[in-house]
Amino acid sequence: MERVPILKLGDLLIISIQIDLDDQSVLALQEDLADRVVATGARGVIIDITAVEIIDSFIGRMFATIAGMCRMLDAETVVVGMRPAVAITLVELGLSLGGVRTALDLEKGVALLGDAGRGAGR
Amino acid sequence: MTVHADVARERIEELLRTAEERILRRWSTIARTPADELHDLYQALRTALGQEQQDLSDVRGLLAELSRARARQGHTPSDTARAVYGLKEAVYELVETDGDPEALRGFIWFSRLIDDLGLYTIETYAAAREKVILDQAEQLLELSTPVVKLWDGIVAVPLVGTLDSARTQVVMEKLLQTLVETGSEHAVIDITGVPAVDTEVAQHLLKTVVAARLMGAECVISGISPQIAYTIVTLGIEFGDIVTKATLADALAYALRRSGIEVGERRRTRVAVRTEDA
Repeated sequence: MERVPILKLGDLLIISIQIDLDDQSVLALQEDLADRVVATGARGVIIDITAVEIIDSFIGRMFATIAGMCRMLDAETVVVGMRPAVAITLVELGLSLGGVRTALDLEKGVALLGDAGRGAGR
Repeated sequence: MTVHADVARERIEELLRTAEERILRRWSTIARTPADELHDLYQALRTALGQEQQDLSDVRGLLAELSRARARQGHTPSDTARAVYGLKEAVYELVETDGDPEALRGFIWFSRLIDDLGLYTIETYAAAREKVILDQAEQLLELSTPVVKLWDGIVAVPLVGTLDSARTQVVMEKLLQTLVETGSEHAVIDITGVPAVDTEVAQHLLKTVVAARLMGAECVISGISPQIAYTIVTLGIEFGDIVTKATLADALAYALRRSGIEVGERRRTRVAVRTEDA
């Protein structure tokens, strides 16, 4: 089973998914992430899916689960880099990823979390 | 095929072979077409008839070419068909002088063959027309969905005409693609040019907005006329938390504000001179 690496950048955790996710690696990722958020005290989590071409309902739900989990641990989740085709598929499937924030690319995702962090700190 | 019919056919084929020069000349006069244009066709027809299987594909190919060439010159398809039918007349004159009952019987068969070929020219013409129409419809689809950049990070899609599933799909894909390419975080869908909004159209619009949201961009729908607003409320369509504006200008102002750009008027007194009274 392939494991998805979790990178730390400042107080953000960045997950770049570059493999075809199967159910096992999704579950492993969720566990790993929860551990890392607690260990690092991260303020934000960015999931980069630029390289993902296919998203099924299971992975769609993963985003919501991760977002919910991170919110419990006081970290914001942003999904970035979704491809148009993937977005259309998700809409057709009826999944709107409620509660998950999105951004066009990694840079904008980081900016989004930066703004939110400042807003919260004020 | 009976022996009788075979004999009749052979008689016609023989006539076509022996009196080639005469038939061609007569055909060219009747069809008002230069003989050299018809010569190839005549040869192909004769070769086809000479074969066991009677493979007419060569003849059809030549006919298609002829009807296309003539269509370009402005001839109607009936003209082309009539030109093909001219061969019947030319051959009939020959059969009449020949007076052989076998040849007369064979002529019926020959005439049926030529009828088929004549109809084929019309089919070719119709197929060519059909293709032009299809191409144009596709071009129209492309033309009618431009994505324009209004500002850095703000794009707009002015929709004109009736929205159906196929068009919405094209609009959706093009808009999302542009969002990725330009890195725009704000999109305005302007429906000023959409004559009517029903539940289906609204559903399509909502899907586009949600897809853009999934990618991390925000969509504003503008150009909602009083009439459309009334229809939407009467139909009970829920737009939820999607931002809607009356005009494109309002939507642009909103998008600018959201992306943190301030637009203010320059403080300067303008002197306006009315020339009407002068």
